[in-house]
Amino acid sequence: MANPLLEIQGLKTFFFTRKGIVKAVDGVDLSLNEGETLGLVGESGCGKSMTALSIMRLVPEPIGRIVEGSINFEGRDIVKMTESEMRKIRGNRISMVFQEPMTSLNPVFKVGFQIAEAIQLHQEVPAKGAWERSIEMLRLVGIPSPESRVNEYPHQMSGGMRQRVMIAMALSCRPKLMIADEPTTALDVTIQAQILDLINRLKEKVGSSILLITHNLGVVAEVAQYVGVMYAGHIVEYSDVIRLFKNPKHPYTVGLFQSIPKKRGSGQRERLQVIPGLVPDLLELPMGCKFQDRCSQVFKKCKNEPPPFVEIEPGHQVRCWLYE
Amino acid sequence: MKNQALSSPMQEFWGHFLRNRLAVAGFGIVIGLLIVALLASFLAPQDPTLQSLPDKRAKPGGKFILGADEFGRDILSRLIYGTRAALLVGTVSIAIALLLGMILGTTSGFFGGMVDNLIMRILDILLAFPYLLLAIAVVSAIGPGILNTTIAVGIWAIPGFARIIRASVITIKKADYIQGARAIGASNTRIIFSHILPNFISPVIVYSTLYMANAILIEAALSFLGLGVQPPTPSWGLMVSSGRDFLLSAPHIATLPGIAIMITVLGFNLLGDGLRDSLDPKLRNL
Repeated sequence: MANPLLEIQGLKTFFFTRKGIVKAVDGVDLSLNEGETLGLVGESGCGKSMTALSIMRLVPEPIGRIVEGSINFEGRDIVKMTESEMRKIRGNRISMVFQEPMTSLNPVFKVGFQIAEAIQLHQEVPAKGAWERSIEMLRLVGIPSPESRVNEYPHQMSGGMRQRVMIAMALSCRPKLMIADEPTTALDVTIQAQILDLINRLKEKVGSSILLITHNLGVVAEVAQYVGVMYAGHIVEYSDVIRLFKNPKHPYTVGLFQSIPKKRGSGQRERLQVIPGLVPDLLELPMGCKFQDRCSQVFKKCKNEPPPFVEIEPGHQVRCWLYE
Repeated sequence: MKNQALSSPMQEFWGHFLRNRLAVAGFGIVIGLLIVALLASFLAPQDPTLQSLPDKRAKPGGKFILGADEFGRDILSRLIYGTRAALLVGTVSIAIALLLGMILGTTSGFFGGMVDNLIMRILDILLAFPYLLLAIAVVSAIGPGILNTTIAVGIWAIPGFARIIRASVITIKKADYIQGARAIGASNTRIIFSHILPNFISPVIVYSTLYMANAILIEAALSFLGLGVQPPTPSWGLMVSSGRDFLLSAPHIATLPGIAIMITVLGFNLLGDGLRDSLDPKLRNL
């Protein structure tokens, strides 16, 4: 088995605020092989976006910092790279699509210019050639009449179109890894489906691997082959998507699946299931398992020692004292 | 097929601007002054420095369309040539202030921390001086004359520009598209010049025109005090100053240049207001 494209071990990204240390990412291990799609699921504030930003080394400094761990990409540790080495990778070998298409593009430049910029930063291409490539990228992401749309400004496009432009920018240099941080959250449902379908097709065409971050399990089911469930800075369960959906083990994952509103069948309406309580304040984390206050199956050991991340069957890992 | 209803920001700006009559008037005044300054030698009926003592303090009419000053020099010609000093000081001083203000404001806003503190406190010192005092201090140090007046006014204007640019940079820096630019591998230099600058240039343009109006007033004040443009070069401020002694006997000598100053300042202000109205709302819509 070839080396994984991306291998993260023991990643810890902390924020040093006046009120204390916020452990946004508190020991994350994950790996991604070439051609795979990994979905990272979790609620707001669980650390999934910070994990992505850590990979890109875009963690806001000096308040935030990667304090520990390694991020191996194509055999090199990203954590140890200099800023100028990192700039050669961003947009080129690893690229990122952000959540908010309405504000992610510079309002004063045409979209063609912005895609061309991504190309020209990393490749020796004359301006005209880069412009031609922009048009090709727009065509690739399914924007009709790319020759004229390339001259438009972001405010002249809808949200779905802007997101396609973002994807075009991200794929313009044929990156090995594309990180999509909630790419469809800000879009309406029909456009969501289109964008996800686009991402799937482009993955094959461009040959990228994808790290997809979302809070929506439905999106994960559509796109991902492997899934990591995050909670309060940890990955609490990791498995391939089919097994996770069929047989979730961690109480949090189980709770997530239960809280999806179900289709109304012929029977009576059921009450919506919720996971009681709130995500813990990252400044005041409990001792032991971070999920203890909301867990239906909590027992004494959970309150004293944090559970390790163990493999309960090949390719399926859980962080829970129920499975030791 | 291209959608006709969607236009570029430039077209939207002109459309809005041209509908604002006052703004167009201001624009017209400024352009008019520019033409007068450039074509002064063709427009002025006489040499502005030519004295004709038998004609001193001549009333308007006849040989001297707007009258003559205390040395018999044609006031109309002096007003026309005076446009040069006014516009020169007004625009060049602001250009200097804009350049230095951009450097200081961008450095301050982008890098923050100690650098920001240091720059802002130095600018605070400059701001603490009343503008005339500052200009007088500079001119006393480097001497009078049109070039030094320009420098003095420029120095005075720097803190204003630096502040608004700094504020803009701080706001823009937080925008999603700046993070997007970093994510495609842009360096700090590229981000500052290609992404941040084009986004704050609009309020700065507005500010520039309004500051030009002030600059012209300060030049007039300095010349009035004898510290600016030196005679015999015509300057409206100088003309008002020397006309002071004759306010009762020949009021036109001081009043007419005063009106010229007023129209110029009005023109720049109307233009600046018009630019602000046409540029700002569009930015808000984005």
